[in-house]
Amino acid sequence: MPKAEEYQKNQFQLIPVCVTGNEEISPGVHLISWKREHDFYPGQVVKIAAETNIAPRIYSICSGNDEPEIRVLFNVKEDGLLTPWLAGVVPGTEIWVTKPYGSFYDDKKPAWWIATGTGIAPFYSMFRSGISENKILIHGARQLNQFYFEDELEWAMGDRYVRCCSGEQACNVFPGRITRYLGEIKNLPTDINYYLCGKALMVVEVRDLLISKGVRYENILAEIYF
Amino acid sequence: MEALFGKTLNELIALSLELGLPKFTGKQMAEWLYQKDISSIVEMTNLSKKARELLSSKYEFGLTNPIKVQESVDGTKKYLFPTAKGKFIETAMIPDDDRKTVCVSSQVGCKMGCLFCMTGKQGFQGQLTAGEIVNQIRNIPEWHDVTNIVYMGMGEPFDNLEQVLKSLEILTSEWGFAMSPRRITVSTIGIVPGMMTFLNQSEAHLAVSMHTPFDDERQKLMPVQVAYPLQEVIHEIKSWDFGRQRRVSFEYIVFKGLNDSPRHVQELCKILNGIKCRINLIRFHSIPGTPLEGTDENTLQKFKDMLNDKGILTTIRASRGQDIYAACGLLSTKEMLG
Ligand SMILES: Cc1cc2nc3c(=O)[nH]c(=O)nc-3n(C[C@H](O)[C@H](O)[C@H](O)COP(=O)(O)OP(=O)(O)OC[C@H]3O[C@@H](n4cnc5c(N)ncnc54)[C@H](O)[C@@H]3O)c2cc1C
Ligand code: SF4
Repeated sequence: MPKAEEYQKNQFQLIPVCVTGNEEISPGVHLISWKREHDFYPGQVVKIAAETNIAPRIYSICSGNDEPEIRVLFNVKEDGLLTPWLAGVVPGTEIWVTKPYGSFYDDKKPAWWIATGTGIAPFYSMFRSGISENKILIHGARQLNQFYFEDELEWAMGDRYVRCCSGEQACNVFPGRITRYLGEIKNLPTDINYYLCGKALMVVEVRDLLISKGVRYENILAEIYF
Repeated sequence: MEALFGKTLNELIALSLELGLPKFTGKQMAEWLYQKDISSIVEMTNLSKKARELLSSKYEFGLTNPIKVQESVDGTKKYLFPTAKGKFIETAMIPDDDRKTVCVSSQVGCKMGCLFCMTGKQGFQGQLTAGEIVNQIRNIPEWHDVTNIVYMGMGEPFDNLEQVLKSLEILTSEWGFAMSPRRITVSTIGIVPGMMTFLNQSEAHLAVSMHTPFDDERQKLMPVQVAYPLQEVIHEIKSWDFGRQRRVSFEYIVFKGLNDSPRHVQELCKILNGIKCRINLIRFHSIPGTPLEGTDENTLQKFKDMLNDKGILTTIRASRGQDIYAACGLLSTKEMLG
């Protein structure tokens, strides 16, 4: 944790960075990158703004902590203020970002990572940072093309990587929502940590379900993309 | 049809001009909408008949009646209002000696997912318009006697900033309800950008839901801690000049064995050092499916005394309307809709 004064001076200051890449990896979902200037813990977030006089938005870092670039996975909100603009940004453009911050990070102990949509980002960052060994990753999406990085995750994590799809079916993909998948598991481990990331409703439903199955609330850490 | 209720004076003037009506019609409409006991455009009798007909062909007055009311043994009432988008919200009216405080909702459900809150369990279902926020005050039988307003019902006000600021403008302007902003408190869990805009654009009091001074404990209770850490919220508050009359307070729900120890008192003193503020302690009311318990009366009193002894003005907020699920954190339309 930074010292209070240092924190106050630097932590949330917007700094200009030059975009190095911006790729649409799935319809309406982009991976944008810039050169990494600071260390971070996988799971942390940055704030991004187009200009300094508009409230920045928050994004999970979606790259490993020893990679030369910071990447962020975002989906475009058609009537949003930032993301339609961000989607059109070309390499070389200046955007404003803060240093990484936040306390949504994991260690090397066993844990379950549970995400919906772009909520996969912090877990992918953890995976790329080399802390996926004792983990189970459950990713929920409505469509099959929303399982970002699935080839890499499936190859590296095997059975420990679970996809739940509520809108389409495919082999090796659980047909239904994450809550149904978890509900069908008889004995969920109760002595490990659970990390939840994504939309509010998934987070509160999964949290309630875990608690009803005997997981202590202290062992559940949530990040909501509000 | 579009509602007139919920529009600001400038918007009313603009629509008057658009309809070819004189500019002062806007001012007249504002008085009828926000200061008088009428509920239809035809009752705006100082407007010409033609103006009323023209307005009625394009707009409705826009008040919405509560569809249900529950009354607690302590006199607290809870109203259920339908919203334009087919959802429901709750409003609490809390009488106390010569005061009548209305606790309004700012959203249908909420995105913030606090562990101890019934509204959070509902998820987010939509934003309220300024009209729907102000309607919760204007359209209860006690509206003439309302002395205080708190934005502590369903939702996070600064996640619906634009409409909340508009509702504050209607409540505090001379052409509107003409209430003193000192009688209004907006409560947030610490959405920093919204909080700063509010501090800039409104004079109403600010309440921040803290619930524990420790980051690791707070993030398990309130996911927002990951996005806007308490340290950032406190830093912004410290840098703001609240002047003599404007108040900042911290809401602190007290959970048994979790956030009620001398260690918490020490840390609260440390992080609040330099802020002229008060702490409101609220004993937690257990909600279904939540593993938390409220602290006991004795510990609550001791906790309060310790904070007061350290020079932080601390009060215990009386639990009101608990039997009808109207107390803090208990609003959820599930109960009233059955
Ligand atoms: C901790 C955290 C981490 C996050 N990480 C990610 C991430 O990794 N990837 C990601 O894609 N997102 C993430 N988000 C969400 C992100 O911060 C933005 O909220 C999102 O990208 C939308 O930004 P925007 O400026 O495009 O849209 P905004 O302008 O913020 O609008 C968002 C939505 O609100 C609606 N809206 C906007 N203004 C109004 C208004 N005046 N009245 C009514 N409705 C309105 C719009 O219709 C739009 O759908 C995260 C959020 C948090 C809190
Ligand atoms: S306490 Fe407030 S911010 Fe938190 S979930 Fe409930 S309504 Fe939302």
